[in-house]
Amino acid sequence: MRPDEVPQQGAPLLEGQRKAVYVVDKDGHYLIAQSGGDEAEITVTEEAVAWFARLAEDARQRALRGESSPLEYHMFRLRMDLPTLASATGFWRWRVRRHLTAKGFANLSPRQLERYVEALGLTIAQLQKLG
Amino acid sequence: MPPPLATPEPAKTAFQHRQSAHCESGVISSLLHHEGIPVSEAMCFGLSASLSFAYIPLVKINQLPLIAYRMIPRWILKGVKSRLKLPLRFENFRSSADGRRRLDELLDQGRPVGLQSSVFFLPYFPENMRFHFNAHNLIAFGREGNEYLISDPVFNSPTRCALADLQRARFVRGALAPKGLIYYIDGPVPKVDIVPLLRGAIKKNCFMMLHVPLPYVGCSGIRLLARRVLKLPAEKDLEYTRRFIGHIVRMQEEIGTGGAGFRFLYAAFLQECAVLLNNPRLQELSLELTTIGDEWREFALHAARMNKGRENLDLPLLHGLLLDLAAKEIAFYKKLKKAV
Repeated sequence: MRPDEVPQQGAPLLEGQRKAVYVVDKDGHYLIAQSGGDEAEITVTEEAVAWFARLAEDARQRALRGESSPLEYHMFRLRMDLPTLASATGFWRWRVRRHLTAKGFANLSPRQLERYVEALGLTIAQLQKLG
Repeated sequence: MPPPLATPEPAKTAFQHRQSAHCESGVISSLLHHEGIPVSEAMCFGLSASLSFAYIPLVKINQLPLIAYRMIPRWILKGVKSRLKLPLRFENFRSSADGRRRLDELLDQGRPVGLQSSVFFLPYFPENMRFHFNAHNLIAFGREGNEYLISDPVFNSPTRCALADLQRARFVRGALAPKGLIYYIDGPVPKVDIVPLLRGAIKKNCFMMLHVPLPYVGCSGIRLLARRVLKLPAEKDLEYTRRFIGHIVRMQEEIGTGGAGFRFLYAAFLQECAVLLNNPRLQELSLELTTIGDEWREFALHAARMNKGRENLDLPLLHGLLLDLAAKEIAFYKKLKKAV
């Protein structure tokens, strides 16, 4: 990459941060330049964020209809999925899967709730609320 | 009980923040600069032979396979430690209170301390860049009240982080859990001549890219990925297919910060070697690797546009680009091996 190919326009995603990138000047020497965010990188990150947002919205709708739990909504909202949540809490996956249902969530003991709260960085009140 | 510390040296100059392309190589390079040893980020990366490629279908991240463009976390730290005979000390903690106490103790002695942490719980990260990746590296170089002074090598300037947030980020559970890992240079750094180490480091990297007898690692991993791309279920599950190709790019650009999956970083290392070893052939090869890196970027751009739906999904195109990259990389490492 040449210095004049480095994007100058700061991408909103980076919130004003600049990234260091390695570029080659016309004499073939490497330098570090500051990039406002590469198109490819920004696009795929936005898509990954959007994927979690879609899952979260879907889970929220189902939770409102009583088909799922707020836990599922918060899991996706905080960009986790089942294996990530299971490893972050130390629960077996099949147990997490059960806790994600409305019934399973309602039956969680305070100590179990505590583990979810810890892993997600929420308070119990936040975890039990949708939105 | 933590081991006793070597006698603290006289007060050093204030810690200088240095921005870098990658977190781990940036942290170790900054720590070395602080000790008065100006080893660049690229040199740390190359010296530890950290350029790689791995496609491991069995290990999943958000339902997608593991794809990496460099060696595993801590490879750079450990590689630099052993090559430069650094008195670099690693400490893990079971309890977060112990971890905090020890970090505070070291900071109060005026030492900059490297930390492993999760990205998600660091509030100074832009909201949309925060994902659950637990092997991020950063430096704490002081504390004021309930805040730590942080030098995160992937950002332009030093920043601050509240105690509670840093604690949470250091003690998350799950894959690659940091367990409060801290590391710092403990004691005087021996004088080591880098020049004779370079040849071995380059050879080792060539070996890993060319000859590791596993289909998932090195150039054969790129070919395996190319074949997988062609077989993606574009008709049956379009969303998965799109996410898969986006994922290839994300691992290249984001977790593998620096663009082009570290190829530019390694090319910068080869350029330093060309000067140190007085070997003009390495300068030529550095530029050749830059060309390969540019091709990775081109691949990334196509894949990203297909991921977003700006470009029609064309799996044979991506397959062809990856096969071409694999062939070029194989030829490149063979030449590199002969050049040193």
